[in-house]
Amino acid sequence: MSGHSTYVPKSNAGKWLEERLPIISLMHGAAVSMPNPRNLNYWWVFGGIAMFMLIVQIVTGIVLAMHYTPHADMAFSSVEHIMRDVNWGWLLRYTHANGASMFFVAVYIHILRGMYYGSYKAPREVLWLLGMLIYLLMMATGFMGYVLPWGQMSFWGATVITNFFEVVPFIGDDIRTLLWGGFAVDNPTLNRFFSLHYLLPFVILGVVILHIWALHVPGSNNPLGIEPKTKQDTMRFHPYFTMKDLYAIVLFAIVLFYFVFFNPNFMGHPDNYIRANSLVTPPHIVPEWYYLPFYAIVRAIPDKALGVAGMFGAILIMFVVPWLDTSKVRSAKFRPAYRIFFWVFLFNGLLLGYLGQVSTTDDFLGIHGVTNLLISRIGTIYYFGFFVVILPVLGLIEKTKPLPNSISEAVLGVEGAKAEAEEMAANESKA
Amino acid sequence: MHNLTKNITSLAKKSALVLALASSFATPAFAAGGAISGGPEFKHVDWSWAGVFGTFDRAQLQRGYQVYKEVCASCHAMELVKFRNLSEAGGPEFSKAQVKVLAAEYEIEDGPDAEGEMFMRSRKPKDALPSPFANDNAAKASNGGALPPDLSLIAKSRGHFSFKDMFMGRDGLSGGPNYIYNLLVGYEDEVPEYITKYYDHKNEEGLKADPDYTESHFELGDSNFNNFFPGYKLAMAMPLDDDSVEYSDGTKATLAQQAEDVSTFLMWAAEPKMEIRKSIGIRVLLFLIILAGLMYAVKRRIWENVRH
Amino acid sequence: MADTSKVEEPGRRDFLYIATGAFGALGVGVGAWPLIDQMNPDASVKALASIEVDISSVGEGESITVNWRGKPVFVRHRTAAEIKLSVETPLEDLVDPEEDAARAEKPEWLVMVGVCTHLGCIPLGEAGKYNGWFCPCHNSTYDTAGRIRSGPAPKNLEIPKYTFISDTVIKIG
Repeated sequence: MSGHSTYVPKSNAGKWLEERLPIISLMHGAAVSMPNPRNLNYWWVFGGIAMFMLIVQIVTGIVLAMHYTPHADMAFSSVEHIMRDVNWGWLLRYTHANGASMFFVAVYIHILRGMYYGSYKAPREVLWLLGMLIYLLMMATGFMGYVLPWGQMSFWGATVITNFFEVVPFIGDDIRTLLWGGFAVDNPTLNRFFSLHYLLPFVILGVVILHIWALHVPGSNNPLGIEPKTKQDTMRFHPYFTMKDLYAIVLFAIVLFYFVFFNPNFMGHPDNYIRANSLVTPPHIVPEWYYLPFYAIVRAIPDKALGVAGMFGAILIMFVVPWLDTSKVRSAKFRPAYRIFFWVFLFNGLLLGYLGQVSTTDDFLGIHGVTNLLISRIGTIYYFGFFVVILPVLGLIEKTKPLPNSISEAVLGVEGAKAEAEEMAANESKA
Repeated sequence: MHNLTKNITSLAKKSALVLALASSFATPAFAAGGAISGGPEFKHVDWSWAGVFGTFDRAQLQRGYQVYKEVCASCHAMELVKFRNLSEAGGPEFSKAQVKVLAAEYEIEDGPDAEGEMFMRSRKPKDALPSPFANDNAAKASNGGALPPDLSLIAKSRGHFSFKDMFMGRDGLSGGPNYIYNLLVGYEDEVPEYITKYYDHKNEEGLKADPDYTESHFELGDSNFNNFFPGYKLAMAMPLDDDSVEYSDGTKATLAQQAEDVSTFLMWAAEPKMEIRKSIGIRVLLFLIILAGLMYAVKRRIWENVRH
Repeated sequence: MADTSKVEEPGRRDFLYIATGAFGALGVGVGAWPLIDQMNPDASVKALASIEVDISSVGEGESITVNWRGKPVFVRHRTAAEIKLSVETPLEDLVDPEEDAARAEKPEWLVMVGVCTHLGCIPLGEAGKYNGWFCPCHNSTYDTAGRIRSGPAPKNLEIPKYTFISDTVIKIG
């Protein structure tokens, strides 16, 4: 990361530290002098936003843990104690609950941006893998966090998800018992989920640091998908991208706090305001919205074991995308056919999200004879087909558009780039 | 100018996507009543507390407490609400002295005393509203096997947080109280015609298609008919009628008035910090919008001479 | 890298940057307050303000300890000798001078928070060379009115707010 640093310590204390631990030049290289492609658009701000949301979640989470009691008899009341008695407790809890959703919104956009512009392709495969690992850890953290209020949806969500593990051959039963710490979801389950829910965000933070490290070796991809060649193609990270990211973070915070203050329960489920009851199952068990596409996939597959395998496979297949995509061209800007399949993939994801929370036997949007189950199956086939058929085959047969010579030529035109290059050279010789 | 248009378009695209995500994942509307059409319309009450600037009407909350206390509390507990809450800002705002008197009307077991004996004392502001039954089993035994739910969070655990409500400035929370209101006014002495007609029609169609078709009818049994309860069969008998309580402030206690008052009280009980939440929220959002404007100016100033 | 030469020096402190920075800093500062204030006593803790103590069974020369806001409160029925000892102590001998009358509303009843003013341990009763209380943690010694006489503690034992509801019931807090 320190490769790009132009930091030279000025004070004696700075020199002293630099010789012993070059942490300032490391951070300088990562957040100040790092060269970034000048043509990044606003889709590139969501990495910074996701980082901001992670910090919001960790800070509010630590504070909430000061008041929460991870015991089956007291968890529900302790959450209500936070809402009613703790100073600003309602604000902290609503921020944490809605923050989780908004964190996922940012990360989903971040992932989809990477898919659209081919950011996962060489030499950024490790960057992508680390990102997927973060996503997987977020899913686990979010799930365990949703269990903590110990409402009906917490309890039954935990029951359904842990029962997925039963399909593992031979040892499924044992894994499930191990997760539960008993013969059903109960106090030991709640306790360990709390412990892990507190731990995992720090693991995520660690992987985020690796993710940033892996970003700074090849540098950011860009909307053109071609590597920067000359100094003209890039800008310093600070102030250009720091200020752009901060501006975007403030805009994102407006959306977050709109939900926190004016619609705090919109993304939750009413049943979670009912105390967990191990003898009554709610009529519809619906996971948090960010799992819904995967929940639709598990329900679309008739066999239990295959369904669970399909659900986990749907997540794991994302890890190997860099090796499934055979196209030499990164950006969808120059891949007219891929662009269409991508938008269909996005729409299909939203559709599966919708299908994840409606009854499978009902008619799809009221169309007689077309069940939600049928549409879920078509959606599932497209989801997997996109990865295992479209990505490998399309790369081989697609006729891509010609790529520009360089980023600066694309932005400034051939003449403009030449003029700017000359000016820069003149300035440098002056200096 | 070019920059600005570009930014606006990309922002518009971004927000469109966020909204698309949100809308497609919105939780399904709580089914009010069953699926049978022809019943009375579900009323959306024009709550004083709905919307970004909405606040509770103190007098209404106090009346709502009276309905709760004189009617609901004989079967339903409210263990998360403490008497002291009744005098806190943003609630019914009884005076501290009034709350002491209200609390002292009930007793609570305390102890052990110096001799190790449990004893009864009158409730204090720090104590919870009383529970009518010692435990769930006792509550079921006294109510024909049906458990009257605790009412502390009923307004948030029923009904939906709908997308429409969100943009209608209804706080997204009015689903619950609307449901409670409609439930309270939605009782019928006899099974109404639209239900019997529905079954008659179904049987007729069924017999046409298959002569061995077994007819089905709506059986009320020991339950009470309610137009807005899922499945229409509600264990709770009609709790309110005109003049079930006599309001001390002289408001005429019609059924609709009482239902509105108690629904509002239950909304407050479930979300006691709603008023402070909204008032701080307006300031936070205003602040963020100004900050966003400033940040936008800074960003533009920095990128002024850079084509990108 | 492109263009850095063309723009004004980015660190230039013109009005816009200062205003934005100040505004942002204000937001962070105000935003930090809920995160700090949440650690203050919450509404349910504040509501547990007062307790009532029945002292009818506490004989002369006996003490009871009751729990008030999570802390021990000593209620001692003092003997005439103890009162005399305290009243006759010259104020100049005291580290934290206070009349005996200021320590006990009714001379025979001494009500104090039983927390050593040094570092918060609970002193032992009827101990130490002043026949009052003795803190085993760092040897602070209190007299029969709970006044500090020797050792590292800086102040007399705290007297909570209390009133006699009747001859036999004290309301503390």
